[in-house]
Amino acid sequence: MTTSDSETMDTEKAGTAAADEAATEAVAPDEAAGVDQAATEAAAVDDAAEPEAPQPVDSAITPHAGPKARAFVNPYLGGVFMGIVLFLAFFLTGNGLGASGGLNRMIIWAIDLVAPQHVDRVSYFIHYAGGNKNALDHWIVLMTIGILVGGFVSGFIGRRVNLETVRGPRITDHQRWMFAILGGVIAGFGARMARGCTSGQGLSGGATLSVGSWAFLMAFFVGAYALAYALRRLWT
Amino acid sequence: MGPFPLQEIIGKPGTYLLFLLIGAGFGAALEMVGFGRSTKLTAQFYLRDMTVFKVMFTAVLVAMVLVFGAVGLGLLDYDRIWVPPTYLVPGTLGGLLIGAGFIVGGFCPGTSIASLATLKKDALFFLGGLMGGIVLFGETSGHFDHFWYSTYMGRFTLPDLLGLSPGVTVFLVTLMGLFALWGAEQIEGVMRRKDGLEVRKTDRWVSVGAGVLALAGLGVMLIGQPTPEELWQKVAAEKQPLLDNREVQIHPAELRDVYFNPLVNLVMIDVRDEADYNLFHIKDAERVPLDQLADMAPELKAGPPGTVVVLMSNDETKATEGWKILTAMGVPNTYILEGGLNNFISTCSLSPFKAIEGSDEMLRFEFDAALGANHPMASLREHGKEIEYTPKVKIEKQAPTGGGGCG
Repeated sequence: MTTSDSETMDTEKAGTAAADEAATEAVAPDEAAGVDQAATEAAAVDDAAEPEAPQPVDSAITPHAGPKARAFVNPYLGGVFMGIVLFLAFFLTGNGLGASGGLNRMIIWAIDLVAPQHVDRVSYFIHYAGGNKNALDHWIVLMTIGILVGGFVSGFIGRRVNLETVRGPRITDHQRWMFAILGGVIAGFGARMARGCTSGQGLSGGATLSVGSWAFLMAFFVGAYALAYALRRLWT
Repeated sequence: MGPFPLQEIIGKPGTYLLFLLIGAGFGAALEMVGFGRSTKLTAQFYLRDMTVFKVMFTAVLVAMVLVFGAVGLGLLDYDRIWVPPTYLVPGTLGGLLIGAGFIVGGFCPGTSIASLATLKKDALFFLGGLMGGIVLFGETSGHFDHFWYSTYMGRFTLPDLLGLSPGVTVFLVTLMGLFALWGAEQIEGVMRRKDGLEVRKTDRWVSVGAGVLALAGLGVMLIGQPTPEELWQKVAAEKQPLLDNREVQIHPAELRDVYFNPLVNLVMIDVRDEADYNLFHIKDAERVPLDQLADMAPELKAGPPGTVVVLMSNDETKATEGWKILTAMGVPNTYILEGGLNNFISTCSLSPFKAIEGSDEMLRFEFDAALGANHPMASLREHGKEIEYTPKVKIEKQAPTGGGGCG
């Protein structure tokens, strides 16, 4: 189910069992959204005079995928569980967790399928799939598939599996998709630049005290905080 | 001692199944805390919901304490686990980009997979973009290879940077991490009160958990890292028979043959004092005093497949001590030169050497000059004397040293 554009359809959807996220939005911050819109307009008129704070949108705070969805696990409890999984990965296999590495191999495998000669010409690809090498024959691919499986199982138990677009209240689904693609391109490029993503560098390198990984973690938060205010319309 | 050579124990399918299960645990952890929803993830950066920070730092702290606790108890070999190598500037730039992509697109790679698992369309678009970004990097990286490989510092850790022991570093990071988590709670509370949103009180068990984690960090510091002697006690029952049955003392002629074997990466370590080393040593043998040998273990373990280490002293006593240190620290394929350099000289010399009387571990030959490796005998020759010996060097398969978190 697709969440609707809350600014126009809140009132129609509110109260119906079908409205999932829109319902939560409609209950509390309906008025707030109106204020928010006014604030945006005021800010447009006189930027300096109106200090604009991101508006409260409770859907971002306690988002449930629908009326039947169960609440999320406490972040500390979830963090402890994630930490134990990470430790077991190190203890049993010597490797940490990773996600972007598996995606990397999948896309290179696909390129190798349609244009094997191209793979053998590009130095970055040749390492993964040069000659007859199968880019998918690597543990990290299995781990990546595992994330999909585990995510589904957890979501199924929590009744959070449903087809929808999750977005801030002030943009449309189509805008959300466009920004998702753009953000994906930036993150994908960044993940290869950093030789790992938030999982492989951040979590795994953080726990083993790699200096580069701690620098990465700080840069990650700096990068997101630096743009958060400018992009507040996307999320609040 | 972990990590384990999985492919030998459970085979390749079993290993891959294990990785699938680990990934499933990770995916479930991501989804259950709400990382499948982009609005929940990005709320971190509007300070109203710090779940991202709380989950990540809790996970890092818990895993760190468990990893270094296990290392301290001698259950896990730190040298064999994957520590992402530091490429400082490209790594930092990549972090900035992933942070930017996160606020634009609503995910990082791992969370977008967990989100796709619960059928979120935005995750599908993000993943499409992600694949595009990876391809873009692959196609263009040839133009900035020089930058991408710059500021390489190898396996460089916070204890190295701070000049502290791993245990002390772990304790300090635990305290700072708990303080940061407390700070995140405060900021979140202030911002939510400002907006008139409900502020949930921190459960008592969270404080108890924080206390337990701090104590565990303290415990890691107090246990410290195991000394080579302690590690040797753990493996003595298994390894002492190798010494007693003389399975690791190799004949000088075998050393020569191993030296010329193209499949072997031979590392010769001479543990004698500098005076004897300067008088005479085998060419390419590196002098490492016994008290510095332990520091060399990580490097030896990271050597290419087929690495063989041969320790030598004037006789066997000191080399055997060195063998115990390296073996206890998990260096595979380590051997001792049988009878030491005294035996090497008397076995291999083509011209008569003048022998002198002396005690154990003395160089019992006379040398007219201190020629070191320039002595005519110091170079191993491929076609020297034909000597019969019992071959002992086995090239064991090394346990995996890891291919990287995101390799």
